[in-house]
Amino acid sequence: MTTLTAKDFKSDQQVRWCPGCGDHAVLAALQRALPKVSAELGYEKERYVVVSGIGCSSRLPYYMDTYGFHGIHGRATALATGVKVANPDLTVWQACGDGDALAIGGNHFIHAIRRNVDINVILFNNRIYGLTKGQYSPTSKFGAVTKTSPYGTVEEPFNPGSLVLGAKGTFFARSLDVELKLNEEIMTAAALHSGTSVMEMLTNCVIFNDGTHKDISDPAVRADRTIVLRHGEKMIFGKNRDKGLVLDGMGLRVVTIGQDGITEDDLLVHDAHSESVGIHMMLADMKGPDFPVALGIIRNVEAQTYDEGVRKQVNEVSARLKVHSVDELLHSGNTWTVE
Amino acid sequence: MSAIYGNDLSTFPDYPAEIRAPHGTVSGVSGFQVHIGSEHVTTPGDLCDMLVAMNPAALKANAKWCKSTAMIIIDSDAFDSSGLEKAGFKTDDPLEELKVADRTVIVAPVSTLTLESLKDSGLDQKAVLKCKNMFILGMACFIYSRPLDYIYSYLEKKFSKKHPEMIAPNKKVLFDGYSYAANIQAIPNTYVVEPSPKKKGTYRNISGNQATAWGLLAASEKSGLPLFCGSYPITPATAILEELALHKGLGAKTMQAEDEIAGICTAIGAAFAGNLAVTTTSGPGLSLKSEALGLAVMTELPLVVVDVQRAGPSTGIPTKTEQTDLNQALYGRNGECPMPIVAAHSPAHCFDAAFQAAKIALEHMTPVILLSEGFLGNGSEPWLIPSMSDYPEIRPPFATELPEDGKFKPFRRDPETLVRQWAIPGMKGFEHRVGGLEKNHDGVISSDPENHELMVWEREQKVERIASCIPALEVDGPASGELLVVGWGGTYGHILSAVDQARKEGKTLSFAHFDFIKPLPANTAEVFASFKRILVCELNCGQFAAYLRNIFPEKDFRLCNKVQGQPFLVKEIVESINKALQS
Repeated sequence: MTTLTAKDFKSDQQVRWCPGCGDHAVLAALQRALPKVSAELGYEKERYVVVSGIGCSSRLPYYMDTYGFHGIHGRATALATGVKVANPDLTVWQACGDGDALAIGGNHFIHAIRRNVDINVILFNNRIYGLTKGQYSPTSKFGAVTKTSPYGTVEEPFNPGSLVLGAKGTFFARSLDVELKLNEEIMTAAALHSGTSVMEMLTNCVIFNDGTHKDISDPAVRADRTIVLRHGEKMIFGKNRDKGLVLDGMGLRVVTIGQDGITEDDLLVHDAHSESVGIHMMLADMKGPDFPVALGIIRNVEAQTYDEGVRKQVNEVSARLKVHSVDELLHSGNTWTVE
Repeated sequence: MSAIYGNDLSTFPDYPAEIRAPHGTVSGVSGFQVHIGSEHVTTPGDLCDMLVAMNPAALKANAKWCKSTAMIIIDSDAFDSSGLEKAGFKTDDPLEELKVADRTVIVAPVSTLTLESLKDSGLDQKAVLKCKNMFILGMACFIYSRPLDYIYSYLEKKFSKKHPEMIAPNKKVLFDGYSYAANIQAIPNTYVVEPSPKKKGTYRNISGNQATAWGLLAASEKSGLPLFCGSYPITPATAILEELALHKGLGAKTMQAEDEIAGICTAIGAAFAGNLAVTTTSGPGLSLKSEALGLAVMTELPLVVVDVQRAGPSTGIPTKTEQTDLNQALYGRNGECPMPIVAAHSPAHCFDAAFQAAKIALEHMTPVILLSEGFLGNGSEPWLIPSMSDYPEIRPPFATELPEDGKFKPFRRDPETLVRQWAIPGMKGFEHRVGGLEKNHDGVISSDPENHELMVWEREQKVERIASCIPALEVDGPASGELLVVGWGGTYGHILSAVDQARKEGKTLSFAHFDFIKPLPANTAEVFASFKRILVCELNCGQFAAYLRNIFPEKDFRLCNKVQGQPFLVKEIVESINKALQS
C-alpha cells in the first residue's frame, strides 16, 4: 500500500480558474483530504473516479491525477451513478456548480439523493453562471441584478440544503471556500459516509459575483454570522463564543450565554446522526440577520445505498435462478424439436 | 401451437396507444394477425383467410383485409344494437354494410356458449368471459384440423404455478369450441396446413424485443463484461428493459432511470467503468439522448443504443411501426458526430443484430445505434436456437502497456483501425481524464484548429473502417441486371415476398437487404455498379434513399415509401417493382 500525498492527486495540467476564484481552495482541500481517506480506508489512487458536468467548477477532474470524466451540462450525477453502479468498488467524487446541479441537472440531483447512490458530491455554490459570463442561477438571491436580470430577478432561490434534506438526503454539509481545514474535515467524513454525500461549498466568483457570500465570509463578521456544527458538540458560536441555539417551541432561537439565566448547558447538542430530519432542516434553513448560517456537517446518517442494493439483489436473485448461461437462457421456456 | 406443430409463421400485434381505449369503438380495436404456412413465411400477410371479430367495431376495422374466399367468425352476442351503434353502423346488417355478406360467415353466440360451457365451473362471470378466446381457438382448431393436445399442455404449463384452477375451465371451453365447430355444419371446408420442411434442431418462438435483450446478454457473455442497461420506459421499447431486468442470473444490471437522459448518461458512466453499457429507447427518447450520444462519440466509449422506432414526429402514434428515425440516427447530433448504425430485419434477427452492435461498440470503442422497429419488437417468429459456441469472441482493446513516460494517452490510435485503447478505473497507473471537450491524442484539452480537424476525420474514418469487419452485402438473384430492390430493417420479409411474387410473374430482378447502414458493407459500390436502377423500399419518405444518393450520386434510385404507421403490403411493393421495371 502506497502512502499518498496531496501531490499525488495533482495532475500535470495547469489550473485555469481565475486568480482569486474560490474553486482553488476547494480543490486544495480535496487534494489534502484524499490522502487521509486513502490511508484510513486502504484505498489506492486508481480506485478514485472524479466526475463533473459543465461550468467553471466542472473543470476540476482535469486537475486531479485520478480517473476523471468531464461530462455534459447537468448530467454529472447520472454519469457518476452509472460509474458507481457498474463498479461499486470505485470511490466516486462529483464536482458541480449551482447551475449544473440545481437547474439543468436538478432532476438527476434529487433522484441520486433519493436513491442514496454512494457518491460524494461537491456542490460549488457561487450563485451565478460564471462560465457563460454572469447570468443568474437557481441560487441567486431574489432581486439579483445579472446580465439576464438587469432589473433584478423576480424568483426565489433554492436553498440546496433544504432540497437535499427534502429528498431524504443522508449527508449534507455546508462550508465556505476559505475554510480549508473544515473542508478537509467535511470531505473526509463524506468519503467515510456510505450514500450520497452533498457538500455545499459557498464559493466566491471574483469576476461575476464578487462578495456574494461576504456577509458571512468576511473575517470581521464570520464568527458571529456562522455556526460550525460538529456532532456531539454544543451549538455555540460568536466571536466571544457566547451565543448559542436553543429549541423554542417548534423552532430554533438564538440565545446569549449569561443573559436571561442561559448557561451553556441549555444549548442544543448537535446530533448529525439523528434519523429525524426536523432539526437538520431548521439548521439548514437558518439565515441572517436573525440566525447564523450553519456550516459543518448538518446531517450524516446511514442507510442502504443504491449501488449496494443493486449488487446485493443481483447476487441474491442469481443464486435462486436456474439460468446462468446464454445457452441455458435460449433453451428456457417452451421449445420444440424438429427431427 | 402452429409453431410446435411445425408450421412456419409470422405474427403482428396491432393495438391502440390507449391502455383502455373506448371499448367497442373502431379506434379502440386491438388485433393480432398470424400468418401460418407449410412454406417459408416472411410476413404477417396482406389479406386474411379467416377473420375473428369479437365485436362490430373489430369487424368494421378489419373487414377490408378479408380475401374474397375468407371465412368470418363473429360473436353474435356482441352484435346487438348498442354494439352496432358504438361501431358507427347505420343499419342492423353490418355484413351488408361492409359488403362482406358474400363471404363464409359463421355467426356464433360465443359469449353465451362460453357461459353455458362453464356454468358449473365455479368461476364468476368475469372470469368465464375471459375464456371466450379459448372457445374461438377451439373452433379454429377444428377448421384448421389441429389436435388440441399442444394447447392442453401449454395451458397446464402456463397456469400450473399461479392459477391451477384455470386449467380445467380453459381446456373445457377449448374442447367445447372445437365440438361446436364440428357440429354446426356451417363450416363448408376444413383445412390442413402441413408442417413446413424445416432444418433439424430445437426451435422456440421469440419476439424482437426479447431477442434484442438476449443478443445483448450474449455479447456480455462473449466479452466477459457485465451488462449494464440504463433506460426509461417508452413504447415500444420497454419490453427490452423488462426482459433484461429478469436475467440477474447472467449478471445483468438494469436501472430504470429518472429520464431518458439519465438512462444514457448512467450507461456512459457504466461504460467508463468497464461494463457493456446499453440504453434502450424509441424515437422521442433518442431525441432526448442526442447530446449524450455526442459525449459517447467524443469520449470514444463503447455503448449500444437501441431505438425501437415508432410513428413520429413527437409523440406521433406510439404503438405503430415506422422507419422514420434513420435520419435522426445518422445525423441527429451537434458537430461532426459519426456513429455506426446496425438494423435488425426480423424479430429473431434482433438477436444477431444486437450481438453485432455490441461487438462493434466494444471492439471499435464507439457508441452504436441499433435500429429496431415496433413491428419487429412486438412481432414474433419461430427461431432455430443457435449455440453460443457458433458466435465469435468479443475482444475489447484493453490497454496493457504504458508509454515510456508512464502516462496513459487515451486517444492514441491503432494505425489500422484508428481505435483507441480502453483503460478502466481500477487499473493501476492508467489514470486519465476523458470528456466532451476536444482533446489531442495524449488526452490533453486542445482547441488547436489542426488538431480538431484531424480528430474529426479520425473519428469519421474509425467508423468507416468498421466496413472491413462486417459481412459483405449479399445479392439474392442475378448479380447484375435492370433492377436491384434494396431495403433495410423490418421490411425484409415483405420485400422478399414481393420479389418472389414478381419473379413468379416472370420478372427478372435482384434483391439486397442492408443490416449495416453506417458504414455500408464494403462491396456496396461494386454491387450497385452492376444494376441499372435501384428501388429503395422503406417506411418513411425516402431517408435511406437520400443517404444512398448522397454516396452514389451517379445511380438511378427509385423510391417505394409508406408512412402510415403500418408495415408494407406485399402488393404495394410489387406495384413499385413493376413501375420501376417499366421506365
